Amino acid sequence: MLQKLRSPNVYFALGSLLIFVLIQVLISMGDLNPYWQGIIFWGAAITMVSLGLNLIYGFNGQFSLGQYGFYAIGAYASADITFRWLHHDPSALVVVIVGCALALVFMGGVGVFLRRFYGVTTLAKFLFYLIATILGFYLAVRFVNPAIGPALYQMLNALPLGISQQIVFFLALVGGATLAGIVSYLFGIPVLELGSDYFGIATLGFTIIIKVLLDNTDTLLPFPEMKGARGMIGIPKWTTWPWVFFTFMAVVLVLRNILHSSTGRAILSVRENERAAELMGVDTPSNKVLAFVIGSVFAGLAGGIRAHDMAFLHPTMFGFLPSFNPLIIIVLGGLGSMTGTIITGFFWVILLEGVLRLYLPEGFETWRFVIYPLGLLVMMLLRPQGLMGKYEIPFLRRPLPPPRAHEVPQPEKVAPTAEEVTV
Amino acid sequence: MAEAKRVEQRMIQRRSGLILNRISQVVFALAGLLVLYVVFRAAAAKPGVFFQQVLNGLQLGFIYALIALGYTLVYGIVKLINFAHGDVFMVGSFVSFYTISLLDLHRWPLMIWPTMNPNVAMIIGTITVILVSMVTCGLLAVIIERFAYRPLRAMPRIAALITAIGVSFFLEYFGGLPFVFTNNYITYPRPFEVTVLNAGMVPPLWIGLLWGIFGIAAIAYWILRELGKRGNIRAQVWQRSPLLQFGMLFGGFLGVVLTIVWLAPQLIGTGFELTASNAMLIIMGISIILLVLLQYIVSNTRTGKAMRASAYDKPTSRLMGINVDTVIAVTFALAGGLAGAGGVLYATAFKQVHHLMGIIPGLKAFVAAVIGGIGSIPGAFVGALIMGLTEVLSAGFISTPMRDAVAFSLLIVVLLIRPQGIFGEAPGEKV
Amino acid sequence: MKGRPDNLSPEVEMRPVVLEIEGLTHYFDSLRAVHDFSVTLKEGELVGLIGPNGAGKTTIFNLITGVYRPTAGSIRYEGAELVGLPSHEIIQMGIARTFQNIRLFANLTVLDNVLIAHHPHTGYGLLDAILRSRRFRESEKVLIERSQELLAIFGLEERQNDIASSLPYGLQRRLEIARALATQPYLLLLDEPAAGMNPGEVIELMELIHFIRDKFKLTIFLVEHQMRVVMGICEWITVMDFGEIIARGTPREIQNDPKVIEAYLGKGAVVGARAEVA
Repeated sequence: MLQKLRSPNVYFALGSLLIFVLIQVLISMGDLNPYWQGIIFWGAAITMVSLGLNLIYGFNGQFSLGQYGFYAIGAYASADITFRWLHHDPSALVVVIVGCALALVFMGGVGVFLRRFYGVTTLAKFLFYLIATILGFYLAVRFVNPAIGPALYQMLNALPLGISQQIVFFLALVGGATLAGIVSYLFGIPVLELGSDYFGIATLGFTIIIKVLLDNTDTLLPFPEMKGARGMIGIPKWTTWPWVFFTFMAVVLVLRNILHSSTGRAILSVRENERAAELMGVDTPSNKVLAFVIGSVFAGLAGGIRAHDMAFLHPTMFGFLPSFNPLIIIVLGGLGSMTGTIITGFFWVILLEGVLRLYLPEGFETWRFVIYPLGLLVMMLLRPQGLMGKYEIPFLRRPLPPPRAHEVPQPEKVAPTAEEVTV
Repeated sequence: MAEAKRVEQRMIQRRSGLILNRISQVVFALAGLLVLYVVFRAAAAKPGVFFQQVLNGLQLGFIYALIALGYTLVYGIVKLINFAHGDVFMVGSFVSFYTISLLDLHRWPLMIWPTMNPNVAMIIGTITVILVSMVTCGLLAVIIERFAYRPLRAMPRIAALITAIGVSFFLEYFGGLPFVFTNNYITYPRPFEVTVLNAGMVPPLWIGLLWGIFGIAAIAYWILRELGKRGNIRAQVWQRSPLLQFGMLFGGFLGVVLTIVWLAPQLIGTGFELTASNAMLIIMGISIILLVLLQYIVSNTRTGKAMRASAYDKPTSRLMGINVDTVIAVTFALAGGLAGAGGVLYATAFKQVHHLMGIIPGLKAFVAAVIGGIGSIPGAFVGALIMGLTEVLSAGFISTPMRDAVAFSLLIVVLLIRPQGIFGEAPGEKV
Repeated sequence: MKGRPDNLSPEVEMRPVVLEIEGLTHYFDSLRAVHDFSVTLKEGELVGLIGPNGAGKTTIFNLITGVYRPTAGSIRYEGAELVGLPSHEIIQMGIARTFQNIRLFANLTVLDNVLIAHHPHTGYGLLDAILRSRRFRESEKVLIERSQELLAIFGLEERQNDIASSLPYGLQRRLEIARALATQPYLLLLDEPAAGMNPGEVIELMELIHFIRDKFKLTIFLVEHQMRVVMGICEWITVMDFGEIIARGTPREIQNDPKVIEAYLGKGAVVGARAEVA
């Protein structure tokens, strides 16, 4: 009994519970000022984004710079849902949720259809999945939204305010993450085929395209409430510590459980040697897309959390320079180490946005971004393998099964001897 | 065996996806044609804007080419996306800003010899300013290589990439400090007076001369190529002469620009004032000189051969007695020098400097290098021209804020069609 | 029957066909790597493919496993056409291969290397994995047991938790075969399994190949450079040179085939090889 209690799972559960209670108490007592609370929430969000990237790059070996694009999609989509909801407009909620659901159903149909063919190029697949997605969202906008929107609004508003809010927030997070997942699926099908460096360059292009689109949400895209390059204001501040904590834990657990399963091993094998993986029967294209989509869903989820903590979104938050942040975090923490990503994710925000912002001496405030890259350089020169290398805490470590006990037939007993073999 | 039989049953039911592939090809081709058609219609409706944007696009493209070459050289030899390159370019702009505004370097020939022809003095002064920027940036690039990248050469590539990002951040924000370049937009004092060229101001003689240069170089090239094909070794050598390349590029491109300006009233009517400037011509001329020089260094000199050998196989090059570290340093110096020149020309064209100005041109030039086929010098040049024209034309005909999105969409489309880029070679894999 | 020597025992000829390659031709750009290659393997056979360097032996394996798409010709496995299918589906149909230059998952453990090859047969989905369902735990247990059994056959049981790249060369070769067997094949393609091994290891390996063929009821197609291995264990042999088949027959016939001697082995080499085998 005591032995069982000493397992890493128990330690991990107790430890995280302790952290949860501690911070919740600090917040409730008012001892944690909103600034530092924001830093912790931000740390959780950026860590989720980075964990997603670690899955894509650290574990699956696909060098991606597109993580902030999906972060932005999740943030803006979920913010739009809650923003419109506050302004008595359920359309964003209905369109994103129903559109995503319909798109997923249609994409599933396309998948079944495509499985009856062989040798379909990725561009053809992309085209059919794109059509399915567009159809799904078109139907949601054109038919479903007018049909059920007002009724849904009435129904949810009949509930007590607190409950309806939480439901809408939950749906907004799910919707933003799913949308990010669908976009990453569409983008990933043709582009993941390119291979590592070119894939990275294409994802960089993706981030910048998303940034440009966000700059023009009010002029070129039909979302005046996002206010384009002026920044979106009026997003409800609904992110609370339990939301942050449980989303974060969900991300960590899902990632861990995937990595410790057969799918996780397949994902790792793609990083180790893609050709050998393919020739061991691993469907490498699907596994790459899978890792990419899961990573992007994490980013989308983090975007929703971050948007409802900041209550403000601006395209420059998702621009070219910040888009390197998750990459820097996972490399500093150690590629392929969840522990390293989690530690550096929080420390990175605490140091860069907390300590360096608050405690630089008078007159040296602008030195923040001079000190940071110098630290980065020193860090890389001293520990190029990252802070944690490949170390994992026991809970996140891949289990090493004990050797087997019983006997097996050995070749010596059955096979002919060398003399018999020779002609 | 039973399972195999079942699997086989499943396989037999599947049909070839060729029809689906054809359908998608047709759809994508139609979409591409539609885009081209829309652009063409828009261009035909406003020919003045079109020709003006072609001129601007060429000018921008030549500047991009200088930066793109740096990316391509460095990637070719150390397989590193040198994100700090765009900031070296920014430093080049600022060095020339200070040499011009504080030292008056662009006027030194007139100071020493006041009776000199002002045009000649201007050209010499401008070249001096550019040379100073080139040397500074070359040194800067070598220093960056020595202290940030070389210690990590044995490490996984990602470590060097992160240091590249770090160096880039450092240059950007160190440059933004109040006592360095400040974080304001600063008006750039051009090293020469910019005069606008109108149709009436272009002497037909110039145009004839340029086309003449182009013609002579092209004919000579053709003759030498034919001779070379028949086994004349000397002709093969002469065929790669930088003079011929210079003649063709210089005569051709400047000829096109001046011809467009000259013919503007006939092409687009009198309602629209088509302008080029001497800056445009100087930028193109200097870029072409540098491009040809670089091509010469890489393909004809000993150092260039060492560079190509190291790019192909570093350990073997080492065994062949090539000092790979030196070769890499030289590569960085060349890349930095070109970026420095690009910085001066960019600032001259757009008349403004800023400590973050290197990011977007750097990125665009990088994309240009990828489109052209990273590692290939002609590829970087062609990619840069495509990039410049795409950017400027989409600003003119689609929408100015969308031009970056169009440029990067072009990147993704090119990667999907031809991942190794226009001039790149597909990597082989041994199984 | 096409693609086989005509003097094999009738008992063997009665067996069903496993792999049938006909008129296989492959060009790398304009370079002809394989020309009009045909071979037919029957169930349970152990067939060798030999030829000098660059004869196109490995290319044949790459064509069978879908790494390259052939310029012309057909490859049928159990009657199903393989040309045009992606590699992983070909493997999942029951063809496994090893590599001439070892291609292990170098940074993963020995056990993981074998577990990955089990991936198509896991029996649980992503959702099971995320929720840690009973099905996940049970399947995982079975998988690990099966993999450990395989490792035990190859003498790798004690090293199951070592990183693959830390194994000595001979063991890495064995691990490659173990990993290939984990895909649960009916047809095993061995690409120079004895490359770089010392004579003692080669003998062990030959025993092992015989053993696994009988234990797993495999058909084996073997590319090999070392005469001793092919002559020792193959029932019949196909000889390639410059992408074409130049001879076919039992090891003894091949050893005495003048065409082989002339085009491939050279006189001295034959004597040497025979001495080595005997």
